Parts: sequence; C-alpha cells; structure tokens
Amino acid sequence: MALIEDNGKGRARASLPPWIQTAFLTIGSIAMTMLGLLFVTFIIGRVMPIDPVLAIVGERASQSTYDAVFLELGLDKPLIVQFAYYIWDVLHLDFGTSLLNARPVAEDIARVFPATLELATLGIFFGIVFGVPLGVVAAARKGSWIDQLARVLALVGYSMPIFWLGLMGLLIFYGILGWVGGPGRVGIFYVDVVPSVTGLILVDAALDGNWDVFKDAFSHIILPASLLGYYSLAYISRMTRSFMLEQLSAEYITTARVKGMSEWDVIWKHAFRNIRVQLITVIALSYATLLEGSVLTEIIFSWPGIGSYITTALLSADMNAVLGGTVVVGLIFILLNIFSDLLYKVFDPRAK
Amino acid sequence: MNPLLDIENLWVRFPTRQGTFDAVRGISFSLGRERLGIVGESGSGKSMTGRAILRLIRPPGIVEADHIKLGGVDLLEKSEKEMRDVRGERISMVMQDPKFSLNPVMTIGDQIIEAYRLHNKASKSTAWTKALEMLEAVSIRNPERVMRAYPHEMSGGMGQRIMIAMMLIPNPEILIADEPTSALDVSVQRQVLDIMDKLVKERGMGLIFISHDLNLVADFCDRVLIMYAGRIVEVCDADKLHDAQHPYTRGLLNSLPRLDTPRDRLDVLTRDPSWSDAPSVSGRA
Repeated sequence: MALIEDNGKGRARASLPPWIQTAFLTIGSIAMTMLGLLFVTFIIGRVMPIDPVLAIVGERASQSTYDAVFLELGLDKPLIVQFAYYIWDVLHLDFGTSLLNARPVAEDIARVFPATLELATLGIFFGIVFGVPLGVVAAARKGSWIDQLARVLALVGYSMPIFWLGLMGLLIFYGILGWVGGPGRVGIFYVDVVPSVTGLILVDAALDGNWDVFKDAFSHIILPASLLGYYSLAYISRMTRSFMLEQLSAEYITTARVKGMSEWDVIWKHAFRNIRVQLITVIALSYATLLEGSVLTEIIFSWPGIGSYITTALLSADMNAVLGGTVVVGLIFILLNIFSDLLYKVFDPRAK
Repeated sequence: MNPLLDIENLWVRFPTRQGTFDAVRGISFSLGRERLGIVGESGSGKSMTGRAILRLIRPPGIVEADHIKLGGVDLLEKSEKEMRDVRGERISMVMQDPKFSLNPVMTIGDQIIEAYRLHNKASKSTAWTKALEMLEAVSIRNPERVMRAYPHEMSGGMGQRIMIAMMLIPNPEILIADEPTSALDVSVQRQVLDIMDKLVKERGMGLIFISHDLNLVADFCDRVLIMYAGRIVEVCDADKLHDAQHPYTRGLLNSLPRLDTPRDRLDVLTRDPSWSDAPSVSGRA
C-alpha cells in the first residue's frame, strides 16, 4: 500500500510545470551550498586558536566574568547545537558583534558592501564594454595590429601589480594632472551631504538630484574603477578572443558566408551568438572576484569596501567580522553562479 | 550552348613554412545545366575547388586563375562586396554535415528567412511563407513546427534537407554540393539526393556534386571529373565511369566491393608518381 502511495506521489511531482521543478532544484542547490559554506565558516571559527571569550572580555577579566560570557556565547553546548544556533543567527542576519567597534557585523557589512558594489559594478562595466569588442575584433583580425595591441594590453594587465598601477594612476591623474578626485569615495566637503538610500553614492546623489555630489563622487570612483576594469578587460578580452576563434572556424560560419552575408553580420549575428554562454561564465567570475573586494585597490584609494574591511578584521583577529564577511562573499559567488546558469537557459536552446 | 560557369587554370595555394602547398594545380572545366561530379580521395583538391569558386578560401590561402567566369563575368575581378551578391543568390553550397553547418543557437526558421531576405527585399511574413513553401518542397512534414525548432532537434536527413531548402531559397543558378550525403545514413542518402535532383532539374540549375563515392556519382551525375593531387586526371560521362581508362580511376574502382562480381580480396591502390606530374585534363564539355 505504501508503495502505491509513493508511486502516486512521484507521478504528481513529475507533472509539476518544468519551471517550478527548476525553481525547486535551484533553491535546493542554493540551500545546500550555503549549508556547506556555513559549516566551513563555523568550523574555522571553532578551530582558530583564538579564544572568543578572551577576545571579548580581555586578558585581565575575572574568572566569573569569563564564565558568564562563556555561557552567554553558548560554548558549553555540544558542537552540533552550537552549529544550529549559528545557522539560526545567520538566517536572521546576525553575524555577532564586531570586537573592534562593538557594532553588529551585519550593520558594518551593510555599510561597506555598497562601496565595493559600486566600484565593482563600474569596473566590470568598463571590462565588458571595452574587453568584449576588443576580443571579438582581435579574433576577427587575427594577427593584425589590433590583435597585437590586445595581446600587449592583456599581458600588461596580467603582469603589472595593481598597487603600482594604482599609485602611478594617482600620481599622474590626481597629483600632476588633477583630472580626477583623490582617495576616498567623495571629497571631504561632500561627506554625508546626500541621504544614504542605497549606499551607492552615485545613485543616492542622483536620487537626491544633487549633481555636485554626483560629479565629485564620479571623479573619485573613475580611477579605481578604470583600474579594476582594466584588469577585467585583460581577462575578458583574452577569453572572448579564444572563444571567437573557435566559433569562426566552425562550419556554420562558412554557411553564413555562402549565404552572402557581410563579414560584420557573420561575426556578430552568427559567431558572437554562440559565445554568449561561455562569455557569461567568464564575466560572472570576473564580477564575483571584484565583488569580493580588491584589497590592494581599496587600500590605495582609501575605499571603505568589504575587501579592506575583512582584511582589517583579519589582522586584528576580529573573527565575527571575518566570518560574516566570508559568508557574504560566499553568498555572492553562489548567487552569481545561479544567475549565470539561468542565463544559459535563455541563450542556449540546447540547455532547455 | 554557353556554359554557366567556365574555369581556366585554377590554382589554390597555401603558403607554409616548408614552402607553398598547392591544393589545386591548374584545373580547367566548365559547367552547363548539368550534374557534374567531382570525385577523388581526401586531399585531392575537390572541396577546395568548390570553395575557390565562391572565393571562400580564407587567407593565407590564395586563389589564382586565368578566369572563373559566371555567365561571362570573371568572379576574380569582383570586389568582396560584389562577391556577396554572387554568394547565395547565384551560386550556393551545401556542406557535408548539417550538425555543424547549421547555427546551433538560431531557429531553423530564422536561418532560412535570413538566407531569403539577404537577397530579396521582403517582409518577415512574406519570407516566412516562402520558407514554409521551401520546406514543403524538400518534403519536410509539419514545416510550421520545424521553423520554430533548433537544429539539434532535427535528424541528419532532415538537417540536410533543411540545408538544401536554405541554400535554394534565393533561387541560385548553381549549387555546389560538397559531400552532401557522406554524413547521412545510407537509408536516407537516396531520399536527400532525389529531392536535390528534383529541385535542381525543375529550376534548370547547374550542380557540382563533390564526392568520394564513385558508385554514387556514376549513378547520380551526368559527367564526372576525376581529381588526383590537385589535378583532373580523367573526364568521362557518368554512365561510362566503369569503363574509365586512367589507372587511378581503375584502381579506385577495383578497390570497391561489387555485388555482381564478389571477390575474396579487394585490390589496394598502387600509386604511380607520374600521375601527379601529368598535365591536367580539360574538364570542358
């Protein structure tokens, strides 16, 4: 009897519309990956040779104070129970309190992450807008001067240390030419002028209609964003070029030429359509790397982003902040992966 | 009768580090409203000949000829832009494997409509109707559904019929078929050939049929050029192919099994270096 019921259930599930099944699978895989990530951060938090109680109460606290905090943190409970509490807390966006400034870590992250988001988004935008066409043209005109130029640009991008390029950029464009704003997100006179709605200063300034702040913020972000954009450009253009070369030697390209199509249309309407899926992966990975926060860039440009936040926390053994930041970065990776998987289905009919 | 296509002294060269490689070495032939077969083994230059006519040899490859005349006009004197009006509209080509020759991420309808609208000023709906008619002409059942489908949803035989529909929709004068049935199951080869034959005849087109399958060519074509090492070694009427004289052609024929005269062992082709040095035979009708 039970068997028959099971069969009935199986059939009922199979008859759900495919998009609902996909949605369930997607949510399930996000949940499983997150669980794995949380398990890892939890274990790291427990095996680190840093006593979380001592970190809070300090070395000179009395034994009774120590014990009270020990109990408050739930450290007397079995590990599995502690893990359950941890998941519960994370689900409520409670990453604990920062030891450095005694503020909730979640609040700190909500403050620093938009700065990184703004920088990374503008950076990847440059990387896509210049990197993709450069890669396509380099592939279409293989061996030409533009292909050589693309190669040199990519090579420089791969091999120059970012802190050096950043310092040179500041020296030339800020120090000597004065074309751009210096370190920080806005000039000193514009700090906290516009109300923080999204945390993205460019967006907030535009919402407020305060174009002075917008201009100032733009002049501050343009240099670090171009720098990060350049690094993504190096990677994106190289990958685009090799994807395109593969497609351009395919037989359907000959078909398009036989039809009497112009080379421009052959490249963009036929070959490029076939690299979109691969390109999405590359761009998503680049974007995720930028969102992780580029520590060196953020430090050189005094950019209060998540990269410098996590680094500072790590150097002062502020484990709550480090683990909270790690969970957020992990979540970004997972979401971007899911997002690129969804785009596959849009762009490749064979993936349906 | 004026030939549709007349080729004089065609060379296709590829410069390499070891010197120039000549894939096609000075061949001349003409094509009327007939089915002309080009046979030869791999590397004999038959596919290169087909692509050279459409000027589709990519750099660093070089095409040279005294002339490639289409209706009296030399294609070699045309600019790349003028060549685009020749490709598809006047000369078209069907390639070996529809799995690779159709764009995997475009619907079949879009690909056929594109082929039509490149050479005809027509609205999308007119082109859609035209494409449906064309699919029906190549015996595709349920063409409405096929128009919305993607190439990976089609079988090989259907794919090749779609390819033929796509290449014939602008109504070209010449079709080059480069091993059009080699990737297909034997059972559907005949069907695809019959459809191609019917359409070519109805429209009074010239067909260049490139193949390595001697029996198929003997059966299907009017006239045959046999190529060896970039040259034409023999020209004969297709129905007299089995009486061919050249030792290379004889060797090829003898290396094939025959139902009517079974043999324990098939002959292996023994090559004579003098074959590749002998001057090319003219392939004019």
